[in-house]
Amino acid sequence: MVLINTEKYIAEAKEAMKDSNLQKALSSFQHRIGPATAATYQKLPEGPELRLKAHDMRMRAIENLDVLLEVLADNIHRRGGRVFFAATAKEAVDYCLQVAHQHRVKKIVKGKSMVTEEIGFNEALIAAGIEVTETDLGEYIIQLAREHPSHIIAPAIHKTRKDIGRLFADKLGIPYTDDPPTLTQAARKALRAKFMAADMGVSGCNLACAETGHITTVSNEGNIRMSTTLPPIHVAFMGMERVVASLEEHDILFRLLARGAAAQNMAGYVSYVGGPATSDQSDGPQEFHLIIIDNGRSRILADVEFREMLCCIRCAACLNVCPVYGKIGGHAYGFAYSGPVGAVVTPLLVGINRAKDLCQGETLCGACQDACPVNIDIPRMLLALRAKLADGDKDWNVVRNSLAEKVAFQFWAWVISKRARYDRFLQLGYLAQKWMPGADGMISRLPLALHGWTRSRDIKSVAKASFKKRWQNRQS
Amino acid sequence: MPKPQPVTLFIQCLVDGLYPEVAEAVVQVFKKLNIDVDYPLDQTCCGQPAFNAGYRQEAKTAARHFIEIFEKSHAIVCPSGSCVSMVRRHYEELFAKEPRWQARADAVAAKTYELTEYLVDVLGVTDLGARYDGTVTYHDSCHLLRVIGVQQQPRQLIRYVKNTQFVEMPDSDQCCGFGGSFAFKYGDISTAMVAEKVKNIQTSGADTVVGCDMGCLMNIQGYINRNNLPIKTLHIAQLLSG
Repeated sequence: MVLINTEKYIAEAKEAMKDSNLQKALSSFQHRIGPATAATYQKLPEGPELRLKAHDMRMRAIENLDVLLEVLADNIHRRGGRVFFAATAKEAVDYCLQVAHQHRVKKIVKGKSMVTEEIGFNEALIAAGIEVTETDLGEYIIQLAREHPSHIIAPAIHKTRKDIGRLFADKLGIPYTDDPPTLTQAARKALRAKFMAADMGVSGCNLACAETGHITTVSNEGNIRMSTTLPPIHVAFMGMERVVASLEEHDILFRLLARGAAAQNMAGYVSYVGGPATSDQSDGPQEFHLIIIDNGRSRILADVEFREMLCCIRCAACLNVCPVYGKIGGHAYGFAYSGPVGAVVTPLLVGINRAKDLCQGETLCGACQDACPVNIDIPRMLLALRAKLADGDKDWNVVRNSLAEKVAFQFWAWVISKRARYDRFLQLGYLAQKWMPGADGMISRLPLALHGWTRSRDIKSVAKASFKKRWQNRQS
Repeated sequence: MPKPQPVTLFIQCLVDGLYPEVAEAVVQVFKKLNIDVDYPLDQTCCGQPAFNAGYRQEAKTAARHFIEIFEKSHAIVCPSGSCVSMVRRHYEELFAKEPRWQARADAVAAKTYELTEYLVDVLGVTDLGARYDGTVTYHDSCHLLRVIGVQQQPRQLIRYVKNTQFVEMPDSDQCCGFGGSFAFKYGDISTAMVAEKVKNIQTSGADTVVGCDMGCLMNIQGYINRNNLPIKTLHIAQLLSG
């Protein structure tokens, strides 16, 4: 079961804004990582323009996905790995279940992966009676708390160390402490046993390289490498857009990924995996499966307006600067992907009507694009999504969001296309506001839906004489 | 010295209807520079409210009206980064399938300037001989900063104002939470954002916050007024005309 809660955006956002711990955590995280990432772009040997070059590389890869994915699959086959193309979330999960059943898998250890969140992997495997353990510390905490990640890279950002201390005392049976090293040791000890007992390791894929036929996983805890080398089977999931053409391009994107994600020059642990262990290797899995997931991506690829979104490498740099994310956190977005990336990609994946608040509940400030290591024009796509909601769209099965709003804007267009009409309308506004409470040229309560503003703020009233009138008086 | 070319004013709807004193200040600024200004009486709105809400047909009506009114002008100057970014960035996109209108839109876009950009980059003016008694901080409006790329120009202009102490606030480039209809539809999120902006203004120690977009300033002023805080909001034209 894939959990989609995009309809609760406004209510969840409100809850998040009441949570003072979360507010503190978000602010401190954004102030640390946001500016640090911007600084690492400036220090790139090729200069910050590398972001633009990387954007072109990503676009080229997206436009040649069919070829690149074939090459990637061929190269992995050649090394004895298996590749499965999953059209849907269900196909991806079912394939993995089938592999698990074949090998009588009982226990899975898992590296952090957002695409497995997207397809509801954990829920499905647990329902099939298989134990799934998240091994990234943040993900492990979230799993123990039976929650979902609230940030793509820092999944437990909404938890304080006191929360975690209580959680570990309850779930791991250790004495309560809020000392991070002690808590980390406790997790390490519990996870070590899971690693040793696992019969399958599951990972995501940060990037894949067609030329060499490998996937790349990146972590700072070493847990992904352990998850993918210790158990006898490694199953990797990747969104089909995540492939790059050559090792040279891979190098550039990989460096940008580390900067975007964590303001690092390079992550602590980087693994290139191109297949199962060979006979002369003492470590590594006997089987390697790569599941390449479409799950709505072909539809995005087919639309020139949104194709650019497939350039995204899920580094979460946009979350770290977004002023809306900074207030509402990740859970409000109601799906695996939060922040600006979620605001575009979630409506495209789960339905634009269903996730309308994600693309409308943003200010179009543009900080996301500046932070993006591949310079994706997120504001442009937010606007394109809004256009679909405004007038409906057959290709995306979008129904018009609000007829009343449409009529209001049609009326507006009629008013502003003739100055005389516009002047009369202004005059009407001037007269109508006399019934609204306020003082000193400020209104304290607007009627109906407009009260969304005046619940917390006053608003300037319409002037007695517009500038046009004043200009005319000045001229005469 | 030859008299500089005249400018045509585009006074966005928000200023025309709610803050006419800001437009008068713009006129005053050009008067100081001995530059003739012209104000086409038929102008209304650039179309941004409709465009940002997704209503592109309606935005096009506004854009055509704008183009017809302003295409004969030599230079169009507007006291808003947001409206200028609409004309400069989005008209082209709006008329993507209408090459004739697109060409006209491009021509108008090429001569549409935000006020401080026009003063500093085109005219090369930084000292307007203005005077203001107070401590001033500057709020970067999003579209002016990120679409038009104007960051230093307003600061240069403020630094030349006599009796004014200029101080930076933390995160001056962070969105104030206005976002047009966002501020109404998502009022709670918008409020949390403007609360942070106002806190940052207070941290700077300024008694006056200056900006180049009345949308942001209306939002900031609305929050300040509701909370009875001793901070004044001023459009940069009002500061420079003094």
